[in-house]
Amino acid sequence: MKKLPFQKRTLALFAIIVPLLVLFVYVALYSGPLAPISVVLTTVENKSISPALFGIGTVEARYTYKIGPTYPGRVKLLKVDVGDQVRAGQNLGEMDPVDLDERIRAQAAAMKRANAQLREAQARKDYAQAQALRYEQLFKAHSTSEEVSAAKRQDLLVAQAALNAAREEVSRLDADLNALKAQRRNLALIAPADGLVVSRDAEPGTTVVAGQPVVELIDPNTLWINVRFDQIRADGLAANLPAQIVLRSQGGKVWAGRILRVEPLADAVTEETLAKVVFDHIPDPMPPIGELAEVTVILPPLAAGPVIPNAAIRRLDGKLGVWEVVGHKLRYTPVSLGISDLEGHVQVLKGLEVGDRIVAYSEDSLNKHKRIHVVDHIPGVTQ
Amino acid sequence: MISLAGRDILHAWGKFVFTGMGLGLLIGITLSMAGIYRGMVDDAKVLLDNSGADLWVVQKDTLGPYAEPSSIYDDIWRGIRGIPGVDQAANITYLTMQVSKKGGDVRVLVAGMTPGGPGIPGWPPYLVAGRQITRSHYEAVADITSGLKLGECIKLRRNHYTIVGLTRRMVSSNGDPMIFIPLKDAQEEQFLKDNDAIWAQRRRTAENPAFNRPGVPGLLGAIIASQSTNPYVNAILVRVKKGYDPEQVAESIRRWKRLTVYTRSQMEEIVVGKLIATAAKQIFMFLVILSLVSSAIVAFIIYTLTLGKIREIAVLKLIGTKNRTIVGLIMQQSIALGVIGFVVGKIAATLLMAPIFPKYVLLEPLDSVIGFIAVVVICILSSIVAIHAALKVDPAEAIGG
Repeated sequence: MKKLPFQKRTLALFAIIVPLLVLFVYVALYSGPLAPISVVLTTVENKSISPALFGIGTVEARYTYKIGPTYPGRVKLLKVDVGDQVRAGQNLGEMDPVDLDERIRAQAAAMKRANAQLREAQARKDYAQAQALRYEQLFKAHSTSEEVSAAKRQDLLVAQAALNAAREEVSRLDADLNALKAQRRNLALIAPADGLVVSRDAEPGTTVVAGQPVVELIDPNTLWINVRFDQIRADGLAANLPAQIVLRSQGGKVWAGRILRVEPLADAVTEETLAKVVFDHIPDPMPPIGELAEVTVILPPLAAGPVIPNAAIRRLDGKLGVWEVVGHKLRYTPVSLGISDLEGHVQVLKGLEVGDRIVAYSEDSLNKHKRIHVVDHIPGVTQ
Repeated sequence: MISLAGRDILHAWGKFVFTGMGLGLLIGITLSMAGIYRGMVDDAKVLLDNSGADLWVVQKDTLGPYAEPSSIYDDIWRGIRGIPGVDQAANITYLTMQVSKKGGDVRVLVAGMTPGGPGIPGWPPYLVAGRQITRSHYEAVADITSGLKLGECIKLRRNHYTIVGLTRRMVSSNGDPMIFIPLKDAQEEQFLKDNDAIWAQRRRTAENPAFNRPGVPGLLGAIIASQSTNPYVNAILVRVKKGYDPEQVAESIRRWKRLTVYTRSQMEEIVVGKLIATAAKQIFMFLVILSLVSSAIVAFIIYTLTLGKIREIAVLKLIGTKNRTIVGLIMQQSIALGVIGFVVGKIAATLLMAPIFPKYVLLEPLDSVIGFIAVVVICILSSIVAIHAALKVDPAEAIGG
């Protein structure tokens, strides 16, 4: 009993010191660089994956018609506006003919004059022919000199040539007139196909140069998406594969489509492969030309094989691999990887067997000598 | 032989333990401060580690991409890839920006990484949840300290990104969490302005008569199109083939490509020695001052504790106790106090203080060992002063006053 107060004190001291020491050892070993690293394990699964490709592109019209004059000139009138539906052959507007009508009238008058000249030449020729015949007979009867008869024959030849010249002049002027009329017709802006007016680039009174579009038409039934796939993820892209299209304005709504063709020319600067994707049914209302679209192309599923999550892939000493857990030890296993899908599953071609346990997530870089602590989820990650 | 020090401690153990704990909190703060300094340097180093690069190729004569802006064309990597000794070359962009999320915003470093898959320089080397990016657009992997969650949608400038993976300890040299997005998106983020600015730029171009010539249709469109491209990246991360000397590979890139190249050690020198130098020095000076003040306080505490026992020491001397015993008593007590203080300090720093700091606090075991030795040395030194006072005491004081 005598020792009790002393023991009590000792006990109290121990009650403080011992937990303190335990805590200290815990802190020294389980925090900081010496602490074991929390890891989440996963097993290599035998699974068939459906690889998919992801690209972005813009809505474009397959056929765009840019309608403008073939000669420089001023726009006289435009009958259509953006949004109008037009039919093939419809007159959309006209260029200012300036003096073309007057030139046609002048040409017509010149035609008349040429016809008159033709008639005159004909009359001269007829007279020369009659004269030549008469003097021929007179010469036969020795009533005139040979010289006069020869002169009349020459007159006939000259008159015939003048008639030919007048005839050709008429056909030249006729052709000229037709040319002017064709030019006049050419001033009309005619729709080459059924379509939708998407742009009106010049208003009446504007002077445009040859080839500059005044009105732009598209064929709204031939919308497609010009999609760009990063070349590094474009393996397997081929025509007729099904595609899912998400338009930027309708986030979440998926439109079905398919690949129409993969362009033989890739973009060398952006390192992208181009493809055209068409809608199965064109959305109504029509998406605006130039809208951004995300396209996911689903490739045929692969045969089942070992599959790991891409989060497990690490790189050590220049080799891709995974941290395999054998017993309680870590082992770095180099792997060769196959095709991956968009959900982060990657096929393993070599290096791992189905059922192997590997590290999926770790809270820090791993190495062979690190202690690991297997958890369900890394601390701090809210589920 | 009975331990005098032990007896004395047991005699007033409450006072002793609580003094030790007070001391511990002080030591804890000093250790935390050391941890803050180490964390700061570590932040800078993990930025380099996580990029996975051996060489950084940047704009000529800049300290890019971390310490200075640097921009180079995004097709230069092809030429670099062809240089002997280069295993991998990948473009990278870095942009610090404020990202708004549910309940406030967070400052992040957005890294644009070359598509291809895990293992490419610039990709996060490990994840804590989710998956790595698989689409070449509009997906992101974020550091967990950003507070973002899997599946959350964030807006970076013009586009929305879905968080598909979370990682840890991927921070900028400032300790800001990083967000990894595909390179092409990142180039757009860096370059493409808001819509108003784009419209204004188009109008500005259209009003310039040199660009909007009446006789040349299409010129304006071509110029506007050329204004809205960004063929630049901030740096190229290069991984050197095994067996090649990074310095030699760097030299051949410098020589033949006429670009500036940094090796890992040079980059560390730039990031630690220049980028965070002043901030780190500031913290380091504070650490030095705090250590000095803590040592002084420890010394005072031990000195006053000893002086508080001066009467008992006088009694000991009076009964003829050897000086060695008295020295042992004081020194053992002060070392015990120091040890308790250190233990409490280490626990407090690790469990209470470090987690509440917003930035990374790295408590290095070596620092703790140095701290422990320093504490013991300080205790011994200050007890020497106290011993000096105790030995000088006149035994008569025990019965006097």
